[in-house]
Parts: sequence; structure tokens; C-alpha cells
Amino acid sequence: MERHLMDSKIKGVSTGTTILAVTFNGGVIIGSDSRASIGGYYVSSKTINKLIQVHDRIFCCIAGSLADAQAVTKAAKFQISFHSIQMESPPLVKAAASVLKELCYNNKEELQAGFITAGWDRKKGPQVYTVALGGMLLSQPFTIGGSGSTYIYGYADAKYKPDMSKEECLQFATNALALAMGRDNVSGGVAHLVVITEEGLEHVVIPGDKLPKFHDE
Amino acid sequence: MLEESSEPGWLSEEVKTGTTIIAIEFDGGVVLGSDSRVSAGETVVNRVMNKLSLLHDKIYCALSGSAADAQTIAEMVNYQLDVHSIEVGEDPQVRSAATLVKNISYKYKEELSAHLIVAGWDKRGGGQVYVTLNGLLSRQPFAVGGSGSSYVYGFVDAEYRKAMSKEDCQQFVVNTLSLAMSRDGSSGGVAYLVTIDEKGAEEKCILGNELPTFYDQ
Repeated sequence: MERHLMDSKIKGVSTGTTILAVTFNGGVIIGSDSRASIGGYYVSSKTINKLIQVHDRIFCCIAGSLADAQAVTKAAKFQISFHSIQMESPPLVKAAASVLKELCYNNKEELQAGFITAGWDRKKGPQVYTVALGGMLLSQPFTIGGSGSTYIYGYADAKYKPDMSKEECLQFATNALALAMGRDNVSGGVAHLVVITEEGLEHVVIPGDKLPKFHDE
Repeated sequence: MLEESSEPGWLSEEVKTGTTIIAIEFDGGVVLGSDSRVSAGETVVNRVMNKLSLLHDKIYCALSGSAADAQTIAEMVNYQLDVHSIEVGEDPQVRSAATLVKNISYKYKEELSAHLIVAGWDKRGGGQVYVTLNGLLSRQPFAVGGSGSSYVYGFVDAEYRKAMSKEDCQQFVVNTLSLAMSRDGSSGGVAYLVTIDEKGAEEKCILGNELPTFYDQ
């Protein structure tokens, strides 16, 4: 049997992880688990927050080497605020994603991290962008990433519908994270979810024992 | 895999049934399903192979891993079961078939790389599904295997319910196969289904364009 783990060979602290972002009618939900591990053997943190705010209505989440991810997001956050001051308006989600893409592409030899950027802007509303390992930028209605995402491709393909309501989308994201955390040994802990809409942000944390349970639990 | 080799994959690569297989029990029988792709490296050497092999009238197994190893195990167990059923004077139990597969898998675990799921119906235990991965023997309400199974763990965890009817099980198997085939490069082609109950085994083939489709961006 072949297994297709995307970031299982990373040395050092890695966020072997499950991350996802889903658009719904009027906003976007970005979510992740909270486990950081070393080599898949030792859980170095049970409650790490992988959802980084890069601007008022733009978040990104990180998968891969934790050190790389933190360094890149710090640089990106600075560049995005600077860009926003120059333009005298809130940045577009696409601009934020492009900043991350440039950093990933230009440093592709040294870096080992993939990103999901999600947010809301006045021009295009809710959007989700993926920046893959080599620096490819892609816009999608929803996306999943990290080692745990392998197990929920089937679930996400089957259950996603365009134009969901906020509650349906929250249920979809929570279920997907719970299923991935149940099968992937390097994903776990609590589920962090951020709901981004024109009005503002809502941070939802679901502890392990309140996650939805499925047939074998 | 960006390098181009001058010779086609099937000349040098081992033939694998990188695959998706699934078996599920219902009250009164079992349903087995598989895709039909056999690959050697990047080449598809057979796009219509039936990976559901008969071990006895009401016992089938689903093949995955190395094609040669899996087929050989199935043939050997088919022979051993014929002898066994003559000795006991009645149809063999599913557990006996699974034990024979397990014995071979365990004894030659270093040399073989095949995983068979054994499922069938007998009058003592009704419908049963056994997994024999790496030489273990375990009965489960349902089982998935092969390279494509990673992508549908989340889906089967979410969708499985106890006490499904025969038609629900068939739909569950077809949906799962369809999702896995659309995400796994080593699975594809047509879907084969076998439904086994007290009356016998019924084989069915569902062509690629008749498979259910899900949201595709």
C-alpha cells in the first residue's frame, strides 16, 4: 500500500497537521488542529495556534516546518501592512497570498512549508488561496492541506456544496477536522476555527472532547 | 517525478495493483468493491482488471499491493479451500478462508507485499469481513484498503452507520470507490461490485461514466 504523506519527512519541529479553509455565503472559515510534533514521535505542543492573522480580515494557516512557517509569516505580515499603508486601503486577499507566494517561490530550495490564505475583501468578497510547497498560487472555493488532509479528500469532495450558510459551513469544517484528527497520528488536540466576514471575526475553539464523534468512538 | 526515462515504466517497474478496495457487511451478507486499474510505475498496464477474486462460492477476496503476490495468494487459498470443503463435507466458513490467507501472509511477510480483504457469507456467522494486513486477522464491520483508501478514511468514518440495508451498502461502496478513484492516481477505470448473501454471489460492473459524481471545482 502506498501512502501519500505530504510533509512526513521534515526534520525538526513540524506541524504535521490538518488545515482547511472553506468559503460560504458571505464569508470564509479557516480552521486547523493544534498539534506540533517532532518526527512524528513526540508531541512538542498540544495547543499551538496555526491560524496567523496577517491583516484585519486576512488569515493564513501553516503546514510543514514550524520554523519556516513562522519566519515566512512574520516577513509576510510586515510586507502586507506596508503595502496596505502605501495603498491607503485594506489589502486584497489575493495580494496577501501573492506576498506569501513570492517568499515561497524565491526561497523554494530552503523552505518546506505550504500555506492556505483566506479572508474577505471589498473587491471579491470571501476568497481562499493555496500556496503549495514550490510556490504555486491557486484560488479555490475550498481547500485542505497538511498531512491529515489525505484522509478527508473523499469526505470534502462528497460534502462540500457551494453557497452554504455559516452554520452548515461550520459543521462541515468541524466534521472534516474531527475526521482527519481521528485518523492522522500527527494531527490532534483542539480544533481552531476562525469565521471571517465583512462584519468581523469570530474565533471558535472546540476542545477534543466536544468534537463530533463518528461510528467507532 | 520530472525526469523522463527513455523506456516505458512497464519494462522496469513492478506491477502493482495500487488500488482502492472496500468490503462491508450487512445483515445477511456482504458487499465487496474495487476499482480496475493496474499500474507499473506510471504506465497503466491493465485498465479493466477485476480485483475481486473468488475463493469459494460465497467467499471472495479483494486484492491490493503487488499484483503477482496477491493473485498467487488468492489461487493458493482457492485450492486449499476446495480441499478443506471436501474434507468437512460442507461449505467452508469465511473465517477459515481468512485464516488460510493470514497464514500465508504471515509466514512470508518479508517476501510478500500484498493485502487481501476476505469477505463472504456462511450459515454460521452470516456476512463477515476480515482484514489480513501483514499477517494479522481481524474481523471488522467494514474495511478499506489499497493506496486510494487513504483519501476516503474520513468519508467512510462519517458515512458508515450500523445496520444498513443491502442497497444502502451497495450505494456506500460505489460512492466510496468513486471518490477514491477521482483522487488517487493509482486507482481508476471501472468499479466492480460483488454482493454475497445466502442465495449466492452477484457480480456487477459499473462503467466510469455511470459512477456518481461529486462537487468538482
